[in-house]
Amino acid sequence: MPANGVPTKITQGSGTKGGIGESTLRPDGTLKVTGEFAYSSDMWHEDMLWGQILRSTVAHAEIVSIDTAEALALPGVYAVMTYDDLPTEVKHYGLEIQDTPVLAHGKVRHHGEPVAIVAADHPETARRAAAKIKVEYRELPVITDERSALAPDAVLVHEGRDDHHIGHVAHPNIVHRQPIVRGDAAVAAARADVIVKGEYTFGMQDQAFLGPESGLAVPEEDGGVHLYIATQWLHSDLRQIAPVLGLPERKVRMTLSGVGGAFGGREDLSMQIHACLLALRTGKPVKIVYNRFESFFGHVHRHPAKLYYEHGATRDGKLTHVKCRIVLDGGAYASASPAVVGNASSLSVGPYVVDDVDIEALALYTNNPPCGAMRGFGAVQACFAYEAQMDKVAKELGMDPVEFRQLNAMEQGTVMPTGQPVDSPAPVAELLRRVKAMPLPPERQWESSEGADVRQLPGGLSNTTHGEGVVRGIGYAVGIKNVGFSEGFDDYSTARVRMEVIAGEPVATVHTAMAEVGQGGVTVHAQIARSELGVAQVTIHPADTQVGSAGSTSASRQTYVTGGAVKNACELVRERVLELGRRKFGSYHPAWATAELLLEGGKVVTDGGEVLADLVDVLEGEAVEVEEEWRHRPTEAFDLRTGQGNGHVQYSFAAHRAVVEVDTELGLVKVIELACAQDVGKALNPLSVVGQIQGGTTQGLGVAVMEEIIVDPKTAKVRNPSFTDYLIPTILDTPTIPVDVLELADEHAPYGLRGIGEAPTLSSTPAVLAAIRGATGLELDRTPVRPEHLTGTA
Amino acid sequence: MDFLRPASWEEALAAKGEHPTAVPIAGGTDVMVEINFDHRRPEYLLDLNRVGDLYEWETGEDSVRLGASVPYSTIMEQLRAELPGLALASHTVASPQIRNRGGVGGNLGTASPAGDAHPALLAAGAEVEVASAARGTRMIPIDAFYTGVKRNALEPDELIRAVHVKKADGPQQYSKVGTRNAMVIAVCAFGLALHPRTRTVRTGIGSAAPTPVRAEAAEEFLNAALAEGGFWDNGKIITPSVAKQFADLCAAACNPIDDVRGTASYRRHAVGVMARRTLTWTWESYRGARRTEGAA
Repeated sequence: MPANGVPTKITQGSGTKGGIGESTLRPDGTLKVTGEFAYSSDMWHEDMLWGQILRSTVAHAEIVSIDTAEALALPGVYAVMTYDDLPTEVKHYGLEIQDTPVLAHGKVRHHGEPVAIVAADHPETARRAAAKIKVEYRELPVITDERSALAPDAVLVHEGRDDHHIGHVAHPNIVHRQPIVRGDAAVAAARADVIVKGEYTFGMQDQAFLGPESGLAVPEEDGGVHLYIATQWLHSDLRQIAPVLGLPERKVRMTLSGVGGAFGGREDLSMQIHACLLALRTGKPVKIVYNRFESFFGHVHRHPAKLYYEHGATRDGKLTHVKCRIVLDGGAYASASPAVVGNASSLSVGPYVVDDVDIEALALYTNNPPCGAMRGFGAVQACFAYEAQMDKVAKELGMDPVEFRQLNAMEQGTVMPTGQPVDSPAPVAELLRRVKAMPLPPERQWESSEGADVRQLPGGLSNTTHGEGVVRGIGYAVGIKNVGFSEGFDDYSTARVRMEVIAGEPVATVHTAMAEVGQGGVTVHAQIARSELGVAQVTIHPADTQVGSAGSTSASRQTYVTGGAVKNACELVRERVLELGRRKFGSYHPAWATAELLLEGGKVVTDGGEVLADLVDVLEGEAVEVEEEWRHRPTEAFDLRTGQGNGHVQYSFAAHRAVVEVDTELGLVKVIELACAQDVGKALNPLSVVGQIQGGTTQGLGVAVMEEIIVDPKTAKVRNPSFTDYLIPTILDTPTIPVDVLELADEHAPYGLRGIGEAPTLSSTPAVLAAIRGATGLELDRTPVRPEHLTGTA
Repeated sequence: MDFLRPASWEEALAAKGEHPTAVPIAGGTDVMVEINFDHRRPEYLLDLNRVGDLYEWETGEDSVRLGASVPYSTIMEQLRAELPGLALASHTVASPQIRNRGGVGGNLGTASPAGDAHPALLAAGAEVEVASAARGTRMIPIDAFYTGVKRNALEPDELIRAVHVKKADGPQQYSKVGTRNAMVIAVCAFGLALHPRTRTVRTGIGSAAPTPVRAEAAEEFLNAALAEGGFWDNGKIITPSVAKQFADLCAAACNPIDDVRGTASYRRHAVGVMARRTLTWTWESYRGARRTEGAA
């Protein structure tokens, strides 16, 4: 129930433009496309130094010695630091498990691990100096997969583990394992008329955000430091940085600087502590900017995975059971692996009704690059495999793949494998119906009066086909993603909202620590304030740590949680404004006491539309300010043996239909169209919603046909750390993406909204794979699919 | 790193003579990548951007003299009729920004097997005009130009001034395989040119051997088959078995490696497919032109 005197209806519409539900433009949009936007890498400070990180050239080795003398002797070098120079007893950090050394200690565990840091007066000098540091390694055998990780005599990636997962894993090279058992899969399997098994491989995807890691640390007079940084979660960084520096959190001030994309890759620390250490050591501002090469080593990637599935179904097309085993490669450090395991296991069956399941997901420690958060977070890998399985079962049953999915689709009230009922709309069958109903793109679009238009063909301007060998395929997929942080995490956000009169106008200021990484919170917060407070002018204060935590910009959560916090703070401000009004003007009109009052168009109005006062008059001489934390419904941990528990806050659903054309002789793929239907609950900014869906869809396409970090299985070294060889889709690879947005309100969420950012990344990949299978008739059990997989030349 | 900025060709040659280790830079689309990645730190960079001659081209009786710095975008727009194979290859180079900066001189200087221009130059027939202050100008036939992985026939004191490419006397085609539909380094590439005047065909293969190569056995086979069947005169459709044999011989001319961009086996396969398709396209175009001439 709303608080006393707070209207039950949302005050958008009549009086206030630019409120929720309108497509307002991003304030940074034009700046970004014209190259004017200031990214964190553009920062400059008088007298600043440049930091450089020396990284390991091998994946797994003991460090025999480090000699920094030559580097220190280089003119222009101000500081060289190694593990021995760290100022306090806290020398490790991590999102959940503090297993990551600030600088390598005695051992390196992956290719590109930070070993030493340098500050110099020129970036080139810093680079040269880093190259002069002599590190002697004694190489160790590399752990690169499940077999080598769990072998009886396997080297332990981390010895002496004391984290809270070690008690329930079978081997110290397993970070975390989550089984889920519900019903009896063995008994149910006996009822199955068909049983389909599959083994799938998901390659290592990179977030490939366009703005490499960068930041500027400025020492302050009080002995503290001010860090200007591109990140996803200021307060999480702060919690990890301050103890290593030996400073109280209040002496580490943080301000968000221009973020060039994130997609999960900025959830972990990169150069934050290094820049602060060098700034405090030298007493000078220190800037660190990775180049693209370093960026590939400077952040975690999406977990590559092996997925083993068994599905059973009755002849009439009802799923009987699912057994699966998902093995995620977490690489050398834990990062977000435990939470990724939780997602992969709890969402492993997909958006389907299956009462009998036997599931396990686990993440390994290996010497491969560390893996952690990336858009879709464990649900992506599972969706690729379970959707391939759904197609296989449908084929085995001789059923249409969409009808088969619809027959098994979950809906509101369905119980998840974790025992959690889905308590808001789950329009899975409807989303599939909608993508299937969209008109198909015309055939042979490359044909023109002047011959073949190669841009419309696989290979594009490379001119590999004029239509020869080209076969069309169509594929469908649907997915389920959780929204918000799960498994009992205290997932809150804080908003400070101020309302006052400036230059004769009522103005609201919204201050949060939310990291704007491109998701669009920057428009949404202003829209909420306009709708709730009836003002035209809203100022979004820069994000910093001078206000409480906003939580992470990840898990599709910011519009829900920080949006919810802004809404909540606005409601509290509105109450106080109305109180103020009652005090000043209550005696002039009985409606002040009796009617439901709204703020609209800069005025206090009754729900009947009668104007009671101008906000300017109400606020004259007074500012109203509220800072308040806001929480969504609490969640529970999953039981470590059964996986049961109300672990998730909300679910998000999207479906795709992919139309591809494959040059079957050359194995080249052109995705012609990727139609998407998604339920968003309530589109606060419809234009941003479509942008998120198209972006997520494209990122899913990338890992279907090209994006993969290739790690040498013999050395665990990265082979393609550049945009020359780590390919991401260009505009010629990006298809038309028609989007059909449903708005079925979730009554538990602010405005009924649903987190949207990740769901489209899930189903896009399996839809493309299904379409390629359709065109080629090949099984294709791995992604990304490469030309050699389609031509038998792998 | 010293930056030498000659104002003329003569000054450039003098500078190169004085500093044979100097790395010439024009568009910078290759050299700057190497420098930015710290793969090389030359003692001297020799900036050719002020040497205006290098941006000029002349169309002569039999060939086009193409300045080393003429950008790919210009080749695409201005030389489509004279150098159709090279124009098609130019289309596949990187992005519009790179095509506005990069020229054939860079491809030849770097001599990477993945350079997009090489198969087109090999197929069309070309000579590279190089010069030194000490010995003046000499012409290097394209077939003798590529001497090893990223090595060419230049002497340390020589610079590339231009490439003389034979004007097309018949249809030419160019195909390149990459794992993306634009802006991609070649997994492998294939160029084919029909030369009706000499009744020969020439080929070029990129990224499928240590250097760009011609498929000479395939050319000889096809030349013989076309002559034997009177194809140049009768304009008949090339039989599938001839096309297949030609494709197989082109694949056999490859000596590829496995790397992150593709497998050796795929490269061989793809070169065969491109050889068959480009032969079909060029031959159809030749037959079409014959019919048009016949009608006129």
